[in-house]
Amino acid sequence: MATVTTAGARRAGRDDYRALVRRRRVLIGLLAAGLVATFLADLALGPARYTVGEVVDALVRPAAADLQTAVVVWDIRLPVALMAVLVGCALSAAGAQMQTILNNPLASPFTLGISAAASFGAALALVFGVKLLPFGLDYVVPLNAFIMAAAAAMMIHLLSRARGVTVETVVLLGIALVFTFNALLALLQYFASEQALAAVVFWTMGSLTKATWPKLAITAAVVVATVPLLARRAWALTAMRLGDDKAASFGVNVGRLRLETMMLVSLLAAVPVAFVGTIGFIGLVGPHIARMLIGEDQRFFLPASMLAGALLLSASSVVSKMLVPGTIFPIGIITALIGVPFFISLVLSSRRRSW
Amino acid sequence: MVTLRLVDVGVRYGRRPVLSGITTPEIAGGTVTAVIGPNATGKSSLFRRIAGLLEGPGEVRVSDPRPDAVCYMPQDTAANTVLTVYESVLLARKQRTGWSVAERDLVAVDAALDRLRIRDLAFRGLGELSGGQRQLVSLAQTIVREPSVVLLDEPTSALDLHRQIEVVDLIRSLARERGLCALVALHDLALASRLADGVIVLSDGRMHACGPAREVITDHMLRTVYRVDGRVSQAPSGRLAIEIHGALDAA
Repeated sequence: MATVTTAGARRAGRDDYRALVRRRRVLIGLLAAGLVATFLADLALGPARYTVGEVVDALVRPAAADLQTAVVVWDIRLPVALMAVLVGCALSAAGAQMQTILNNPLASPFTLGISAAASFGAALALVFGVKLLPFGLDYVVPLNAFIMAAAAAMMIHLLSRARGVTVETVVLLGIALVFTFNALLALLQYFASEQALAAVVFWTMGSLTKATWPKLAITAAVVVATVPLLARRAWALTAMRLGDDKAASFGVNVGRLRLETMMLVSLLAAVPVAFVGTIGFIGLVGPHIARMLIGEDQRFFLPASMLAGALLLSASSVVSKMLVPGTIFPIGIITALIGVPFFISLVLSSRRRSW
Repeated sequence: MVTLRLVDVGVRYGRRPVLSGITTPEIAGGTVTAVIGPNATGKSSLFRRIAGLLEGPGEVRVSDPRPDAVCYMPQDTAANTVLTVYESVLLARKQRTGWSVAERDLVAVDAALDRLRIRDLAFRGLGELSGGQRQLVSLAQTIVREPSVVLLDEPTSALDLHRQIEVVDLIRSLARERGLCALVALHDLALASRLADGVIVLSDGRMHACGPAREVITDHMLRTVYRVDGRVSQAPSGRLAIEIHGALDAA
């Protein structure tokens, strides 16, 4: 028998809120399940044909699997598949926080020139052998990319703090950065030898096949080090969505939060670009998917953004292998081709306008 | 009960002083003080200074030492966010009460929404609300933090007449029932006289007058502070009636 509520005793807001939180947890679980599926598909697909069973077998019991399968799975496919997940997480988290602190739906590492800056840094090393840091010889290309990316992120931060700068002007400044670094990159390409030119072009297209275990370890370390710092600031970052004045009146130190977040973002955006080249749209689309599914409470928005970004990049990796069997397309081309129409459809179909 | 006292308080932006020498008698909890004055005379700056968001000379003495004792409610601005009303009120409270959401946080949010009679809006997006509804949400965000001093910056600016009276009466009753010391910046002098136990008049970054509405809102004040020609009289109800004849030419 149903319980009879007393007249006038309506459901309290907190019951609805709890239901909302449960729904969000379920959605995050679904995103995670989708990611596991694409991750396994990513492992199973490739020029050499294995069944999912063989791949899982080689993963769980590498000693028992035949040597070729074990080598392909562990040394070739697993680094690439894991890199897709990690880079997707990092770029999407970076995009999510850039959109939050710059209060701009178009902010992402790709649209505001951080990726272009990283490409330029990488090209400096590839074409002229320029080292921006006196150490880390084995990693000259990624280190250069990282330094330029961090410099671009700081430049955006400083410009966005200047007097009279509005949300729109930050995007315009970002676009100016994109064009500047692209022009500089073209200049480098003009001077480059044929061999260096090929390397630069491959870099700017973005490719997960550059993944190795040491690079994975560094990327993982960056994600593991920065994400908890962002998560700890979840309430303050969410408050930023109400505007600077409101956030400040709630006791948020707006200036400091912005600076700290931008530093974490430049790490998150630069390291993946440094290792796998330019991969666009993940940092832009991932957060938007998360926002539409989950809302903007950072306790759910941040993990959902990361999962959505990882899912997108992992799925793109699968697609890059399926287009022409036996060939792996550069992932950056795939993300742009999938990302743009997907993004347009999201924007046009969303009933609730988020910006 | 809480008390607030300002001693020679000022605000500087860079080297330029925008406010100086504000000294008030002790303002007791349970009362409402209207802060009036023309545009750009430092009402918002004064509130930010009291709330600790701006630095400056002088001393703000609040008898309640809790970090969230003084809550400032800035002027309403539109926010393009998918955050719901419920989330935004919870958010205001969660800046200081730890990372995870406790039952008492949710109870406090429900109580704040009920007190302002906006429970029906709880799961609407902030971006979908009218200006008046947003101001009520702002008030909920302020009281959910359980302050003892509230600084409300033009809480009625986007409201129609009916809502203005409702909100003003609500602020009065909140101040009485919770022993709040409420400072409210207002443009409408009639509303200020209805709302406030005391009035602070700011003019050109200084305090022009401070006292009961009847003594502070005068023909002379209208001329010198607002540069309008008008007549203030006491209606049979005891409330002030303000009749404006016209603007005076700039001196």
